[in-house]
Amino acid sequence: MRRTTSRLLRGIALVSTIALGATACGSGDDGDSKKPVSSGDVKAALEKGGTIKVWAWEPTLKTVAADFEKKYPKVKVELVGERSGDKHYTALSNAISAKKGVPDVAQVEYFALGQYSLTKGLTDLAPFGADKLADKYTPGPWNAVSDGDAVYGLPMDSGPMALFYNKKVFDKYKVEVPTTWDEYVEAARKLHKADPKVYIANDAGDAGFTTSMLWQAGSRPYKVDGTKVKVDFADAGAKKYTDTWQKLVDEKLLAPINGWTDDWYKGLGDGSIATLATGAWMPANFVTGVPNAAGDWRAAPMPAWTAGDKASAENGGSSLALPELGENEELAYAFVEYANSGAGVQSRVKEGAFPATTAELESDAFRNTEFEYFGGQKANEIFADSAANVADDWSYLPFQQYANSIFNDTVGKAYVSDTKLTDGLKNWQDASVKYGKEQGFTVE
Amino acid sequence: MSSTSSPATTASPSPSAAAPPADAAPGAPRLRTRRRQHSPGRPRRSVLLTVLTGLVLVYTLVPLVWLLISATKTQQGLADSSGLWFADEFALWDNISQTFTYNDGIFTRWLLNTLLYVVLGAGGATFLAILGGYALAKFDFPGKRGVFAVVIGAVAVPGTALAVPTFLMFSKMGLTDTPWAVIIPSLVSPFGLYLMWVFATEAIPTELLEAARIDGAGEVRTFFQVALPLLAPGIVTVLLFTTVATWNNYFLPLIMLKDPDWYPLTLGLSAWNSQAETIGGDVIFNLVITGSLLTIVPLIVAFLLLQKYWQSGLAAGSVKE
Repeated sequence: MRRTTSRLLRGIALVSTIALGATACGSGDDGDSKKPVSSGDVKAALEKGGTIKVWAWEPTLKTVAADFEKKYPKVKVELVGERSGDKHYTALSNAISAKKGVPDVAQVEYFALGQYSLTKGLTDLAPFGADKLADKYTPGPWNAVSDGDAVYGLPMDSGPMALFYNKKVFDKYKVEVPTTWDEYVEAARKLHKADPKVYIANDAGDAGFTTSMLWQAGSRPYKVDGTKVKVDFADAGAKKYTDTWQKLVDEKLLAPINGWTDDWYKGLGDGSIATLATGAWMPANFVTGVPNAAGDWRAAPMPAWTAGDKASAENGGSSLALPELGENEELAYAFVEYANSGAGVQSRVKEGAFPATTAELESDAFRNTEFEYFGGQKANEIFADSAANVADDWSYLPFQQYANSIFNDTVGKAYVSDTKLTDGLKNWQDASVKYGKEQGFTVE
Repeated sequence: MSSTSSPATTASPSPSAAAPPADAAPGAPRLRTRRRQHSPGRPRRSVLLTVLTGLVLVYTLVPLVWLLISATKTQQGLADSSGLWFADEFALWDNISQTFTYNDGIFTRWLLNTLLYVVLGAGGATFLAILGGYALAKFDFPGKRGVFAVVIGAVAVPGTALAVPTFLMFSKMGLTDTPWAVIIPSLVSPFGLYLMWVFATEAIPTELLEAARIDGAGEVRTFFQVALPLLAPGIVTVLLFTTVATWNNYFLPLIMLKDPDWYPLTLGLSAWNSQAETIGGDVIFNLVITGSLLTIVPLIVAFLLLQKYWQSGLAAGSVKE
């Protein structure tokens, strides 16, 4: 059932994307006509008041919206957070192609920003002064929201990667916590041998995870320059990743469980999934989703591809952006700035969000926070170090949302059949290139 | 529900069927007694069929049992315990009250929305099906064959396939994101129309209508006072069909509605479920499960209460008299 629905959604997303592309081609006059907006304009708008519609599922925004309304009593924030992920983008794309009901502010994940900004779906925030905020953010997220001089959103959170591991399981079977990916494979073998129910990790094929792993391994499969796009999964970094990961797949050392399902939460809770390499936003999900394993888990730096290498990558994370067709731009920008660069950041960090702002990441209060869930560990030190070591030359495709949606039909096969990961990636590359050409990109 | 209950009742014979009839003469040949047992009123008992029916029954009930048991667990209990037995803590009442209070009681709002869509959508669809079915069954007009072809064709097209074109049309008319976007498409039920058509053909003798007309009743009066009472079992059947379809409708509201205040239960529960898939989201599988249980209760009640009509309605037209 779930699968059918997501296929259908994919279909709609596709239809809307095409429609989106068509709209963008049709209107050529919306380019450089924007005048810089002075801070006075924003201030005047805040005094005049009004209502802004915000589509964002980030739970910490509830408090931010309430605080913002308290600070500016004439402004009302309508926060709609019931949709997330695919459903959110489907609704957003549909609204944009219907030119009706477009929100003033929308949460857009970093991987999907390119898709919306390139089709002129998002307002450039540089005229509002957003370009001067570059120094406030860590390089990874800032690189994701900016394109040359244009800024298409303000980073809301970030996901520098770390390795979460179930200490209880590792202690029980006396296995060392891996610091390199070779050690990781060894640990996977030992754990699975000691207890066939225990897997080092779950992975049934996840586009976000795979691209993040490639990112850390030094692979740069996507090169984007305007409408010129290059896709190549055959570089040295990609080989490092596929060589290692193929071993785990071949020896059946990965639990065939999809992330974010109830099986996954269960596996994280009962020790059958021993590690999880993911973004630093994960602790909040541990606390609510896996309450029964409190105290079992710890955080560690990502295993390195060569011992001593500190390179890290981002996984997940999102920005707040202003859809071009939204209204109340000044108010919308004021809200976005408040939430992602102003006072909102502290209240969101307090509620468990992982910031993208260097000031918060480097503050002593943040670094010294003891995580009760991780047995009192000061996990933010690890996360902040990871954030500082994220390479900033990564980019996603301007149609990454589509590419991710066909991941399971291509690379996913490597997890369930004799297809090798390298072949799966090659198929993914071919399918992405084909789609890109159909959409009018110049693809190499 | 009904799919299991009807074979179950026909396949399991009454307990007395096995015993030889009391009035059988003591010295009568055994063969005759046997033959009498096979009469249409007392079908032969078949172990194989009973076992098969039993398996199907278990297969159908297990998900329901799972739902009932899981609704008694906390989020932690769900992860800790086996799916088909209770956890240590019995949290059903707590889950129910949480379901109704979570997020300022939005569940109640979704429940009322669903009721609104069912009353207007399914009610309206049934009313239109009655009118249309009656007209097609009892009046002759040019193009009737064409209508028949269109209706049969429409039965074959799943509503899901029409959802996207309907969305584009409605968005041009500015109706998306309003309750009308869900209600208006629900008003059309080709299958209901077809069923009413067949049922009206069988259930209303044309002579009766002629008699009413000769007695001076107008068409409207004939319809409401003569035809409608005869159609009652069919009406209940169509009403149940359309109610279930509207109550469970997921895809149409999914693409039509953006404002969570207008969500029906199906969308709302799915939104709660996907909270577990987001960064920093509150994982509330226990409320999703309890909410699902609460969502199906009204449907089960409706089926149990209207089962009698439902069965006679389904069988309409199956025997030529």
